[in-house]
Amino acid sequence: MKPKIAVFSLTSCEGCSLAILELENQLLDILGAVEIVNFREAMTERDCDIDIGFVDGAVSTPTDVEEIKEMREHCKALVAIGACACQGGINSLKNHQNEDDYRSYVYGDGAKHFPTIKAQPISAFVEVEYELPGCPMVKEEFLALVKAVLSGQQWALPQTSVCVECKKQGNLCLYEKGIICLGPVTLAGCGAICPTFGSKCEGCRGLASDEALQAASINLREQYDIPLENILADLRFYGAYQEKSLP
Amino acid sequence: MKTIDIDVKHVTRVEGHGNIVVNVKKGEITRLELQIVESPRFFESFLRGRHYREAPHITCRICGICSVGHTTASVKAMENAMGITPSEQTLLLRKLMLHAEQMQSHWLHVFFLAVPDFLGVGSVIPLANTHPEVVKRALRMKRLANDICCAIAGRHIHPIAMHVGGFTHIPKVEELVDLKRRLEECRADLGEMANLMASFEKPDFNRDTEYIALSDPNKKEYAFYDGKIASTKTDKTLDVDDYLTWIIEHVEPHSTSKHVKTPRSASFMVGALARYNLNHELLHPAAKDVAVKLGLNGGSTNSFDNNTAQIVETVHCVEDSIEVIDELLTRGMKLEPLVEPTRFGRGAGTAEVPRGILFHDYTVGEDGYITDSNLIIPTTQNMANIEADLRALVKQLLETDLSKEEITLKLEMLVRAYDPCISCSVHFLNVKFE
Repeated sequence: MKPKIAVFSLTSCEGCSLAILELENQLLDILGAVEIVNFREAMTERDCDIDIGFVDGAVSTPTDVEEIKEMREHCKALVAIGACACQGGINSLKNHQNEDDYRSYVYGDGAKHFPTIKAQPISAFVEVEYELPGCPMVKEEFLALVKAVLSGQQWALPQTSVCVECKKQGNLCLYEKGIICLGPVTLAGCGAICPTFGSKCEGCRGLASDEALQAASINLREQYDIPLENILADLRFYGAYQEKSLP
Repeated sequence: MKTIDIDVKHVTRVEGHGNIVVNVKKGEITRLELQIVESPRFFESFLRGRHYREAPHITCRICGICSVGHTTASVKAMENAMGITPSEQTLLLRKLMLHAEQMQSHWLHVFFLAVPDFLGVGSVIPLANTHPEVVKRALRMKRLANDICCAIAGRHIHPIAMHVGGFTHIPKVEELVDLKRRLEECRADLGEMANLMASFEKPDFNRDTEYIALSDPNKKEYAFYDGKIASTKTDKTLDVDDYLTWIIEHVEPHSTSKHVKTPRSASFMVGALARYNLNHELLHPAAKDVAVKLGLNGGSTNSFDNNTAQIVETVHCVEDSIEVIDELLTRGMKLEPLVEPTRFGRGAGTAEVPRGILFHDYTVGEDGYITDSNLIIPTTQNMANIEADLRALVKQLLETDLSKEEITLKLEMLVRAYDPCISCSVHFLNVKFE
């Protein structure tokens, strides 16, 4: 029997689910190797166990909390895909705003209809076997993970920072152009795609290490004279859920 | 007299999560709702206090499928607010990006989400076995649209190099030459796609509707990137800065859902069919031919024709992309610095994105940080019209011998014909609670 795979979205743009469909050259091979099941339908059949469940999106409502717990029960391996599922992502920008304020700004008097909580990664609620960070996730990493899990191989994220990959791409460091980039503190694996396309790293893959954060924070203030609030604003783009102290 | 209750939980093959609820008692509709069950997102709140340069990278994350469209409306609104005039090269690259997204999104919708209905299967997955040539062709076409975005801005989902004031990367000449060759080869696939669509029988359904889309005042271009706001119900057109006089949000007394109306109609339709109805004379001749072949003869009030109009538009986009690439290759490309702001204040921007006209509206303070924003998404604008269509279709179907299951399928097909993007619109719509 083919292994069963399900894809499920919480609070997200569904871009990471869509990224799977953008593996156009490999999609038919994937469909040949696995059975894709509709998670909502699968849940109505009691004995249906899902081998790998992929979840994009943050947990940001009471309904999300219920759903991720149910998903966990039905999946042998649970994989968080994308910045929202791994770190809360862009949804967590609201975490540092006044709750009444951000709700009424969008929904006015209707805000009472929208029970929300702080945007959080799914690992804050359930155990997660693997995380594929990035906004969106890197689809080649998705492919490598699926292959590894189906063949019983080990799989792990790189442990270096984006700077390492950026150097390999031969890019001129953006700091040389006076642009503050989060490459030094951000986990590698994206091939430094943003600096390669002329834009600063926005840190969508999360922190490479606490040491990298501490060092960069001191450097930015002492060497580049960047105020702490600007550093925080940049770090919060996708990572506002994380609780870290800066020196 | 019929009494039926239809409750479709989580309409499949739409972007996001929505329910259809229909209650009919003795032949009378007592309740009809398209409910949104997606989590609220709060993007307008996220934007406040962020730097103006971040707006496109934040708002593209509203939706993975139309992230180029959001980026386009965002950079245009910001440039309007801050007195920035982008270069000719920037405009050409943006048009190419937007064309590629129309193709990617329309093909995804038609092949993966709508075609399974016509072929009588539950999803695209069984089609890989029964109709492998259809699936392979669809994937080849989608790959092409994707690769155009990758060459210009790094990727399709959340494009990297597309900024306020210009691009931080330009494609290589050999990349554009290769993409042009593949676009030319795609003409054969487009022909096959039109043949497939011509073989489907679309439901017979018509309802008098107001259509709204951008329209080129100089009558030169089939408007996607720019134009004035136009309607099928008036000869007047509107500048983007005045969009709120036509696009009126209101709360329906019988529901808590925020709907959008115009001064003329309680509901209106945006998207491929609206653009076709307003601008079809400006389509590329190849696209006009396909329109005729698919029975779109210069105008339609059948919402199911939105799928047909999407196919027609992709023919236009392929042909126009070839012309834009030729222009870029002829004039030559160079990496340009981003154009800097000349003032701060408020400005709106609009673009025709796959699902219809999209509005972004920002206010930026003198420190360069965003103080206010308003985003009006195509699916939000269509929501009242989908309900009005569902209501008319239910009435029509109650006159037939169709079973509850057959009626349900038709209603789902109607919702899917709009290609609604619920992820996009949800930050805006109110959920109806029992």
